[in-house]
Amino acid sequence: MSLSRTIETPEISGALEPEPAPRKHVLDLDDFSREEITEVLESARGMKEVLGRDIKKVPALRGKVVVTLFYEASTRTRISFEEAGKVLSADVINMSASGSSAEKGESLLNTGLTIQAMGVDTIVIRHPHSGASHLLAKHLDRVSIINAGDGLHAHPTQALLDLYTVQDKLGDLGGLKVVIVGDVLHSRVARSDIWGFAKMGAKVVLSGPATLMPPDLMRSSGSIARSPFASLVEVDTDLDRAIEGADVVMALRLQQERQNAGFLPSIREYIRRWQVTDARLERARLGAMVMHPGPMNEGIEISNSIAHGGSSVIEDQVTNGVAVRMALLYQLTIGAGLES
Amino acid sequence: METDSILIRHARIVDPSRQLDRVGDILIGSGEITAAGRLGPDRIPNGCRVIDGTGLVASPGFIDLHCHLREPGFEYKETIAAGSKAAAKGGFTTLCAMPNTDPPIDNAAVVDFIHQKARQDSLVRILSIGCVTKGRKGHELAEMEELASSGVVAFSDDGDPVYDANLMRLALIYSLDLGLPISNHCQERSLSCNGVMAEGPVATHLGLDGIPAAAEETMIARDIALAEATGGRLHVAHLSTAGSVPLVREAKARGLSVTAEVCPHHLTTTDQWVLGRKGESTTAAGGLAYDTSTKVYPPLRGQRDVDALIQGLADGVIDCVATDHAPHDLTSKQVTYQEAAFGISVLETALGSLLQLVHSKKLSMGAMVDRLTTGPARVLGETYSDLASLQPGTAADIVLFDPEQEWTVDTAEFESKGRNTPLEGTMLKGRVVATFASGNIIYQSAGLIFEEPHVKA
Repeated sequence: MSLSRTIETPEISGALEPEPAPRKHVLDLDDFSREEITEVLESARGMKEVLGRDIKKVPALRGKVVVTLFYEASTRTRISFEEAGKVLSADVINMSASGSSAEKGESLLNTGLTIQAMGVDTIVIRHPHSGASHLLAKHLDRVSIINAGDGLHAHPTQALLDLYTVQDKLGDLGGLKVVIVGDVLHSRVARSDIWGFAKMGAKVVLSGPATLMPPDLMRSSGSIARSPFASLVEVDTDLDRAIEGADVVMALRLQQERQNAGFLPSIREYIRRWQVTDARLERARLGAMVMHPGPMNEGIEISNSIAHGGSSVIEDQVTNGVAVRMALLYQLTIGAGLES
Repeated sequence: METDSILIRHARIVDPSRQLDRVGDILIGSGEITAAGRLGPDRIPNGCRVIDGTGLVASPGFIDLHCHLREPGFEYKETIAAGSKAAAKGGFTTLCAMPNTDPPIDNAAVVDFIHQKARQDSLVRILSIGCVTKGRKGHELAEMEELASSGVVAFSDDGDPVYDANLMRLALIYSLDLGLPISNHCQERSLSCNGVMAEGPVATHLGLDGIPAAAEETMIARDIALAEATGGRLHVAHLSTAGSVPLVREAKARGLSVTAEVCPHHLTTTDQWVLGRKGESTTAAGGLAYDTSTKVYPPLRGQRDVDALIQGLADGVIDCVATDHAPHDLTSKQVTYQEAAFGISVLETALGSLLQLVHSKKLSMGAMVDRLTTGPARVLGETYSDLASLQPGTAADIVLFDPEQEWTVDTAEFESKGRNTPLEGTMLKGRVVATFASGNIIYQSAGLIFEEPHVKA
């Protein structure tokens, strides 16, 4: 099936070929193959072309219903999904926990079953608990689930837009050095990005306070069982060393409450050791790009001049997020053959 | 004519209380064991019912030092009636009910209620464990002497360990003249924090807050030091980490009054099970992950921990197996992993799980039975030593099981109201054929074969 059957848009791109994989849910990138990621990125390229038009509307998902179910505050992800759905002509219904039955104590599962019973096609869910999207995927059999961020676990659409953004600027991801800086322990973005960049052949280096790294990655002892990430990343708490020759530097949001919980002596010391600054970026490869999943604490994990400087691709990430989410909504709703 | 007599013939009798492991017969009459060994036909009463025990193991009924019967207060999760049926099906004839009920077992009235309820509803012997502190709140000691007088067999604040070190010290001292152990669920709160599973590779992969092994080990070390300082009687509940085993080993070597238990799930399942693939590891978590039936406290840990616990159990450093049977309603588990209640429904799968260790030659049959009978009886003390014996003259609490029978766990067939087990759908080898409490058959499977009643020639 192709988008070229539309009247208003005789063709958008040939990039939707070959036939999308029969995927029903997007829960994390750990179960994506390199080929599948490549397909999504190619499909997103076609979608981005649509976004560049005067009339940003194609009827690809006309008659399909997407519900965004957000149990956590969000600006960019929720609006990005809503725009993606609307550009594709899906009916998008936004639901947030406040003002819904969740406030009356309805369980996530019952809310999911209720939404499914209304005949929707796709649920986009963000939830503060890891595995919330898996819970819906396990018990709902008639809808596709897209994970828009679950607890500390995963944020696969963010990772895909990050991959897209890097590929767009630097071409092939293979062999690139990607440095992820900050609170990896509590970061769903970092987890999904590790999967994504590693699957595409990039070298991933994590840097940040040892207290904010997953404990199994901080130990070299042979008797300690290591997570799958252990074989995909290197850890170097010294950012000045880690950043040497980097092609991509990604700063993670530092939640200020980490200081109260004892993970950090002070924000001041964090800034001194791990803020992405002009001086540090000098050590990276010439033309290295700086990313941030947002929302930023400017002046903490990233300096003001970097955040808005020439190396920053933070706004491109946001733009590309819409295209990537269009590609996923399209592939899941049409490609996975939910109609069959 | 002694029509209430039952003869179990040609069974493998495993009775660790007498170091007995040989094929023979057991005669039951008037609720007691009349004879055990090789019986001549003339010793068998006329009209006696006869069970063919060929290929089966007969042992004293199992004793569970740690189970949650949820009554009073949480009857939607479990009741004494349902829990006792589950026990009978699992081969247990004595259960020690933990005090995290509502109200908690912190005064004689609640003990009396449970014992009264047990007399009405239970197929098995129900003993109760009283609180260490009032309301399990960890502030003031419960009236421990009143609890002891009303029949509790140990003290525990269960899932809320006694965090205050001085209060634990005082509890060990105060209970010295009561002669009952204090069973502590050792988890240092400032280390376990909001953890929901073992710290380690799966927690990292799934983004779940991990509980470090040190949370358990530091409190065990603390409690051992307090037991040494006071001469108190410490029982360490459900060990789960490799590092806990040498702590208990050394405490025993120093002659301290310290005992310990371990649960079947900590001996046979790992944190890989949280991935929802029955222990198979995977780098692609997928929709099966976050299997909330694996959420238990202390958490399932790594293979290294499992191996050390098995070794500790085989060596006898760990005195006994306790189930920590923790039944829950469906709603408590059909939520995110973080929200899900801690606990596994264990009574009906314990034997099948433990026999895996016997079949794989990591534990002898004699040791397994010991850790389910004489081991826990030793923790309970002299008064209860008869519960773990097939000695003639003792109550006929007997379990007869087929160690070779393969079966698939189907929670729809559970007697327990708690269907929460990660073993659902898995194959176990070894199952109870019949359970006797005071000579009455309280559970029998379709595999129980009665022969023609004995008629004297």
